Amino acid sequence: MSTPDDEKKYWLDNPKNHDKIFYGVLVICVLVAIPDVLSLLNILYHKHNSFEFENIFEFYSLYGLVCYVGLVLIAKKLRTILMRDEDYYD
Amino acid sequence: MIEGLNPGFILIFGALLIPVTSGVVRSAVTLALPVLALIQLYTLGLGTWGQYEFLGLSIELTRVDALSRVFGTIFCIAAFIGMIFSLHVKDTIQPFVALIYMGSAIGAVFAGDLITLFVFWELTAISSVFLIWASRTERAYKAGMRYLIIQVSSGVILLGGIILYYQDTGSIAFEYLGLTGMATGLILVAFGVKACFPLLHNWMQDAYPEATVTGTVILSAFTTKLAIYALARAYPGTDILIPIGGVMTVFPIFFAVLENDLRRVLAYSLNNQLGFMVIGIGIGTELALNGTAAHAFAHIMYKSLLFMSMGAVLYRTGTIKASELGGLYKSMPITTIFCIIGAMSIAAFPLTGGFVSKAMIQSAAGDGGMIVIWLVMLFASAGVMDHSGIKVPYFTFFAHDSGKRVKEAPLNMLIAMGMAAFVCIFIGVFPDALYVLLPYEPTYHPYTTSHVITSLQLLFFAILAFALLMRYKIYPPELRSTNLDFDWLYRVPLKHLALSIGRLILIVWTWAISVGNDWVQKIIVTTEDIHGDGKVMARTASSGVAVTIIVAILGFVVVFFYR
Repeated sequence: MSTPDDEKKYWLDNPKNHDKIFYGVLVICVLVAIPDVLSLLNILYHKHNSFEFENIFEFYSLYGLVCYVGLVLIAKKLRTILMRDEDYYD
Repeated sequence: MIEGLNPGFILIFGALLIPVTSGVVRSAVTLALPVLALIQLYTLGLGTWGQYEFLGLSIELTRVDALSRVFGTIFCIAAFIGMIFSLHVKDTIQPFVALIYMGSAIGAVFAGDLITLFVFWELTAISSVFLIWASRTERAYKAGMRYLIIQVSSGVILLGGIILYYQDTGSIAFEYLGLTGMATGLILVAFGVKACFPLLHNWMQDAYPEATVTGTVILSAFTTKLAIYALARAYPGTDILIPIGGVMTVFPIFFAVLENDLRRVLAYSLNNQLGFMVIGIGIGTELALNGTAAHAFAHIMYKSLLFMSMGAVLYRTGTIKASELGGLYKSMPITTIFCIIGAMSIAAFPLTGGFVSKAMIQSAAGDGGMIVIWLVMLFASAGVMDHSGIKVPYFTFFAHDSGKRVKEAPLNMLIAMGMAAFVCIFIGVFPDALYVLLPYEPTYHPYTTSHVITSLQLLFFAILAFALLMRYKIYPPELRSTNLDFDWLYRVPLKHLALSIGRLILIVWTWAISVGNDWVQKIIVTTEDIHGDGKVMARTASSGVAVTIIVAILGFVVVFFYR
């Protein structure tokens, strides 16, 4: 292992580029959300559904977002109950 | 190739060459054996061989059908990749036990009867523990002990179930059993231990992260998927498996979010993936069982790939704690790319293995109108995106720079990861190559517009959620910690209970011994008082006195009674 002094700078080292990535993700999300908007106007895209609720506008997008946030927040709460020292069992 | 030889034996007997070879020859042997086993499998074709009557039992050493062949195929591929990954290991024990372990898992898949299955089942347990002990640490030793106790217990329960089943039916054929009573219930529990059913799961998260760098990669592929195969063979369509699988998909992801040891994160995520397969077996339709087999195949590849990338990081940096890693993309760029391919594959991005396999199980649940389990699986899919899709690559290779500058992974590791990454993408792009191996007629088409779009929506909005949580600093930081899971029950209170019972037994024992000693002492003292030297019963008299007394009595009798 060597120390990271005076080595070359990477693109990700610049905090401004972190914002670029964040907005990049936002743009991709808008792009993948577009088909549902189009299907509201009965253009292009046709779903093969098993259940009625899959037709809810942006069902998958919202489900992914809500589940993910819910999962992380619940896990964070669980930490107060479950977390112990690293050498708890030793 | 030898007619009818179970391909597993090639690895098991081949392992005997390891102690007598070294260097390049040994490497060649370890790589050739899985290839030979795969050739043997495909030259055999479908059928059964090696039937013997033994003590009235019908033993069937080799049975190749479509279901066992798909599991056998991926086991051989995983064995080959695992051996490439461990080529740098100089230790003799590890490749030796690894080959026996992999061979017995392959042997078990092709076992045609329950006794043969049992023998291989126990052999996988005994051989694999050495891959954990090979770490040569105190933690690994203890974790290995717990692992061995649970694994061997699974075998004992299996044997109990087999004996009862034989008494009931007179058969030991390893076919569809179904949950019908005590006997099949025991066999289901035995399979469930190895398949990490909820509350029976802790051995995996406990032991796998303690194994060696290469050991974990090899362990992750076989034991649990052998159990999935056994369940798919014996219990397809067993309703109870659906809720069991549902719980398996959900509860491990909470632990995976919190866990700091990244190999343990992957172990929880492995548990979650097994849940999807168990649900598929529980649904039991042709589509669902095809999905289970396909998912096991794809899963072994991307899970090995993820464990290999984390193994490479551990090998180079000496730690696998998320709290101490970060910024490794600078020094291990190729490993980073392979890890991301594995992460995308487990998260089921289009063009990866996970996309073409998991969707079959999801779709089978949809066809059956099972709303709850369908929503549960969709939730779990979003969860997979977090712990394996984002957390593992993000906190290792990106996040804040830990300042660690190491060498890229060794060449053999890169080759192994490259092969696994290739398979992940290949079956994602050409799913038919995987589908032809499946046990039933493949009818599923993964690349429909709606499937691609809905998957991308789910996954990218999950990524957006992560980006938002990180941006607003809500995402829980990685902390050095232990998170209590069900194993707490037997590692703390049950351990204390056992120790207390031990102490209680000691107290009762000491008491019984001391009371007994007192009694014996009293008897000795009393006896001494009566019979001791000079005491009443031990007194002696001189013969003169004796004669005088006798004469006196005689005189008395003569004087008063003689007439």
